Amino acid sequence: MAGSNKIKITPPRWLLAELTYKCPLQCPYCSNPLDYSKHSNEISTEDWKRVLSEARKMGAVQLGFSGGEPLTRTDLPELVKHARELGYYSNLITSGYGLTEEKILQLKEAGLDHIQVSIQASTQDLNDHIAGTESFHSKQEVARLVKKHGYPMVLCVVIHRENIHQMPEILAMAEELGADYLELANTQYYGWAHENRDLLMPTQEQYEKAEKIAQDFKEKVVDKMKIYYVIPDFHESRPKACMNGWGTTFLTIAPDGVALPCHSARDLPNLECPNVNDYSIPEIWNESKAFNFFRGTEWMKEPCASCDEKEKDFGGCRCQAYLLTGDMYNTDPVCDKSPDNNVIQEAIASARESALSEGEKPLVFRNSKNSKQY
Amino acid sequence: MSINPEQIIQFSPMHRLQWEEAQQKDVILYPEGMVELNQSSAEILKMCDGTRALNQIVADLEEKFSTTGLKNDIIAFLDVALENGWIKQN
Repeated sequence: MAGSNKIKITPPRWLLAELTYKCPLQCPYCSNPLDYSKHSNEISTEDWKRVLSEARKMGAVQLGFSGGEPLTRTDLPELVKHARELGYYSNLITSGYGLTEEKILQLKEAGLDHIQVSIQASTQDLNDHIAGTESFHSKQEVARLVKKHGYPMVLCVVIHRENIHQMPEILAMAEELGADYLELANTQYYGWAHENRDLLMPTQEQYEKAEKIAQDFKEKVVDKMKIYYVIPDFHESRPKACMNGWGTTFLTIAPDGVALPCHSARDLPNLECPNVNDYSIPEIWNESKAFNFFRGTEWMKEPCASCDEKEKDFGGCRCQAYLLTGDMYNTDPVCDKSPDNNVIQEAIASARESALSEGEKPLVFRNSKNSKQY
Repeated sequence: MSINPEQIIQFSPMHRLQWEEAQQKDVILYPEGMVELNQSSAEILKMCDGTRALNQIVADLEEKFSTTGLKNDIIAFLDVALENGWIKQN
């Protein structure tokens, strides 16, 4: 174990409940693991209720119901009701696919606090292409119904090279739909997005243009819409403060009950991520090898170990360090102090070359058939 | 944006104000976020229940805490709360 008993452990505040890996959509930037089809077991309703109760008792208060598509779990209203009774603020993170007005009312009755609907683009053709499913009009309808029934409405659009040129239209669509919050999430390159990186990563010029448009719009709508802008970290000189620090704030439970310090962590070697079938949430959070692995700063190598910013960004993302340098103890290569920063520059150059070339290879869509190849 | 002293103030239906036992403090919850409140901010927000305008809030808090001269501090906080969308006036 790289962690140390001397580190003061703070309680979890955020619980991400990935209820299922099943999803009617096939987005090629999905953050689920590539081999998700190997993890098709799902824990029971009673298991989820116990997880929610134990995490709440420790201090978790924000709860995300996510997936896959969480609506495919028929016990969702029951879990929402349980969460409300415990005092969680519960967020449904959904594609909107299959969300009827009747279900929206049922979830409201059960105590759901907010619904985040993803839309893939501002046009039907592109939305349906990226989602791999005809869904544009139903998503818009769902966004209107969410608003109609008094939920705060959060629209989430993942930004990548295929839709970044639509930024003005995406913003106009969010305004027209009456979004209270708009999340403009620049693609983070893990899982399926890593696989499709050459086809998804915009160029520096595209990022700058899109960000300027979003910033100007933000000022225009300041009184009625909040915009969350998830930065494209490959184009930054310092890494993101991933997960607000390992094992400090975020607890993810995967569909099969595996507890993860971040939703990509099951790809890291030798963490031995514990399962809620075997341990209680306090045991997992406080005592497990996985959650203590990168707590604090003692695990760090140079240049992080002697860096005066190590308490600010915690060395960046462990999954990104592993994915791009092969060593999860390394500095996140996004940092320009990293000796591996060249892999980032090469990734940017490779994506740029792909953008300018004629015969681009096709996107690998996220579905069970493709998942079985990993 | 500033508080209209004549109008009733209510807590935003898009946010939730609740006591957090684990943190021993009141918090405001909203989509994917949380604001931790100190005691005086929480006491002011609890008065924003859709039945009181500014002067009534000041009077009730001064009575509750057996003190006077709170008005300016309360106005300053309510302006911040209004700007953040935690409260609203019709």
